[in-house]
Amino acid sequence: MTDATSKGPLTTADGTPLKRKLEQAMFASRLRAFGLVAPLLAFILAVFVVPITVFMVRGFHNPTYETYMPKSTELLLEWDGVSEPTEEMAAAMVADLIQARADKTIGRAATRVNQEYSGTRSMFTRTARKAAKMEAPFMAALVKAHKNWGKPEVWQAIKVAATSWTPAYFLAALDLKYKGDGSVVWQVEERQIHITLFLRTMEISLIVTLSCFALGFPVAWLLANLKVRTANLLMILVLLPFWTSILVRTTAWIAMLQGQGVVNDLMAFSGLNQVILQFMLLFRDYGDLKLASLCSNDVNGVLATGEATLQTLSAQAADAQTTCAAEMVRIYSASGLEAAVAQAGALKAEALRWGYGDERFSMIYNKTGTLVAMTHILLPFMILPLYSVMKTIPPAYLRAAKSLGATNWTAFWRVYFPQTVPGIGAGSMLVFILAIGYYITPALVGGQDGQMISNFIDFHMRKSLNWSLAAALGGVLLIIVMFLYWLYDRVVGIDNMKFG
Amino acid sequence: MAAGSGDDVFVEFEGVQKSYDGVILVVKDLNLAIRRGEFVTMLGPSGSGKTTCLLMLAGFETATHGNIKLGGVSINNIPPHKRNIGMVFQNYALFPHMTVGENLAFPLEVRKLGKAEIEQKVTRVLDMVQMGGFKSRRPSQLSGGQQQRIALARALVFEAELILMDEPLGALDKQLREQMQYEIKHIHESLGITVVYVTHDQSEALTMSDRIAVFDDGVIQQLADPATLYERPENAFVARFIGENNTLGGKVTGMNGVNATVQLDGGPTVQALAVNCGAVGNRTMLSVRPERILIGDASAPNVLEARVVELIYLGDHIRCRMEVAGDDSFIVKVPNSHAHAALNIGEVTPIGWVTEDCRALDAV
Ligand SMILES: Nc1ncnc2c1ncn2[C@@H]1O[C@H](COP(=O)(O)OP(=O)(O)OP(=O)(O)O)[C@@H](O)[C@H]1O
Ligand SMILES: [Mg+2]
Repeated sequence: MTDATSKGPLTTADGTPLKRKLEQAMFASRLRAFGLVAPLLAFILAVFVVPITVFMVRGFHNPTYETYMPKSTELLLEWDGVSEPTEEMAAAMVADLIQARADKTIGRAATRVNQEYSGTRSMFTRTARKAAKMEAPFMAALVKAHKNWGKPEVWQAIKVAATSWTPAYFLAALDLKYKGDGSVVWQVEERQIHITLFLRTMEISLIVTLSCFALGFPVAWLLANLKVRTANLLMILVLLPFWTSILVRTTAWIAMLQGQGVVNDLMAFSGLNQVILQFMLLFRDYGDLKLASLCSNDVNGVLATGEATLQTLSAQAADAQTTCAAEMVRIYSASGLEAAVAQAGALKAEALRWGYGDERFSMIYNKTGTLVAMTHILLPFMILPLYSVMKTIPPAYLRAAKSLGATNWTAFWRVYFPQTVPGIGAGSMLVFILAIGYYITPALVGGQDGQMISNFIDFHMRKSLNWSLAAALGGVLLIIVMFLYWLYDRVVGIDNMKFG
Repeated sequence: MAAGSGDDVFVEFEGVQKSYDGVILVVKDLNLAIRRGEFVTMLGPSGSGKTTCLLMLAGFETATHGNIKLGGVSINNIPPHKRNIGMVFQNYALFPHMTVGENLAFPLEVRKLGKAEIEQKVTRVLDMVQMGGFKSRRPSQLSGGQQQRIALARALVFEAELILMDEPLGALDKQLREQMQYEIKHIHESLGITVVYVTHDQSEALTMSDRIAVFDDGVIQQLADPATLYERPENAFVARFIGENNTLGGKVTGMNGVNATVQLDGGPTVQALAVNCGAVGNRTMLSVRPERILIGDASAPNVLEARVVELIYLGDHIRCRMEVAGDDSFIVKVPNSHAHAALNIGEVTPIGWVTEDCRALDAV
């Protein structure tokens, strides 16, 4: 070091500086290495990085309105969003409407505005038909064509739509509404769905992760500690579902869990359903399982004793009532006994039609179905990292702990378990991140309340065609995952994670 | 030095057999009594069942047959964690997620000792193995020798009366191994604990032990103190396993008192101490230690002609390989002193030995 500084840079025998020489020597090997990874790099860029970036940009940028309605856009962007819309704006709007109708692009522009203010689609198309015959004053003419043109919030909504670079979608993904005057407010109550959905997605992912851990840990332990032959056999059993199509496995769960499915048949046959039912009646806290069984209990009661049961049901607190009970009580108080009993008969017929007649549980097409099927599908992702970590823990540690006086439990808990933490971390991260973006299983077996955020993204991609909102929802999901990753790194440490 | 009996017997194996697979007996009829405060080494080749014996004693394997007693009480049905036996494992088995201090405190914590007491005991045992400053290190931050000391300290810290060690020095280099041998021996003496030590290094066994049990094939071949084992091996396996040894095959042709007359396969007849050679007519194997050969002395009792094949200069002595009675792997250690004339390769010289130094053992 001191040599180099006092006599200038080190050189090779032919006088070139050592550093440059070294770089020249390394360059060839670097080039070769790059050449080897270049195809993969190009592939990832082309099919992964670029499309995702482009799609993410859509979450902020939607130039539809600006493209098809340029004149009104210009004035709307200058407008402060608070004052009365001017005659000038109305004139520009009419001109744009005429042009867009001629270009047959009015539908697209209208759809864009409709995303901000529902009902405006028909207003646009209808007004556009009449626009060619309109004469000044244009504002009055517009209001005459459709009274909503007179509302300032409609103009505000159009202003939002006209703003191509907009936080509106990301705000919408968080149940917020971006108004034309620049303010942000909560979405109206009955349209606040995204936060609930994100929370439910997190909840389902968390429960699935915990279930996978609870089920996978003992299996991984067996895999790592059984004799090689038995362990190999067990490993095949773990991997077998892994190699089976997700669709097949999910469909198999439908056959297992449906009203007339294997599990319900077995429970009805063994009388276990009655036990569970009594237990649930005791606590009245039954989540998903409740529906069919408890309902049928109430329905059967009404059919058997009529008035008496209805009185009891009416006396119950509203949140303790099953959906069927609530319905019958409502009809009872509105239209009397006869109508309520008739409703009970209808409910019974409906239940029988779906196979829930004789006290069967609904475990599919709801959250329970999603949880069961997802846990099953993601289980290997927990078992494999756990197994690979446990495999490396020598049995000598447990022996040592026991020879030092620890009971089996203490030896496990204080010596074995802490050494499996890297595997638990890896497995949980893997399962949670896979679960949070899960799509096909909830779509197939989730019913109403088992839907996750990905199903909504899919809905906006394929049905409502609101790609920008889909991008924003995806973006929020990505941010959540990255945040969790960061949190995990802070708490456990990423380098403390072993996949095998 | 016979197997201990009476009050001071601490550990006792009674007719213990062990089979892992129900086909092969890994330990066949083990009988061994170890006295309180004794340092007993199990020595034997790989796969001879030493570790198995230790694991049965510690409670990690159950004896297929027989009885193991500790302090006069059968421990067959006592689980490992209640046996109060300290064990040092071959690869130390220090818990990697705990510091040295936590490793040492572990056996005390599971015994529910008070904080202050734990602290004090840990400090004392660390000082004993000269590792006072390493309490907050992780095992992975220690050298092999340091880990070894900690493993030893952990087995000692809860004051077990019996310590088992399974090749504890196997992973250390020669110099460190010798130093640790001395320290373990020292600790054994100062604490008065009983140690059962497993090794396949015979010099380690000879240096450290009060008594050595030589294992082969699941059977104790000989149980004796180091000197007896070396000087008076009872069978061919022990003679060959302990120390360097010359063997000559032959046939017993006569018996006179404690001595046997043996005709060597190469022709000549010699006298040997009859230890384990059976009756006249049996095949036998003669065993003579290389340092007991008298060289160039035609007046010795059993004189044979020997031709020098190879000479290796080793400083204090010269190893000389010779052809004796048709066998060219006969080794003689010639002290490097003025009394001994220099030998030359190809030279033929008479060699001989005192009859008691040549033991007639079972033929293998
Ligand atoms: N868990 C086991 N299952 C089946 N066979 C075993 C088991 N452990 C050891 N053996 C067999 O028992 C025999 C004795 O093994 P052991 O470990 O006691 O030998 P050792 O004397 O300690 O050898 P080394 O010096 O190599 O440690 C060996 O043949 C070994 O293959
Ligand atoms: Mg061993």
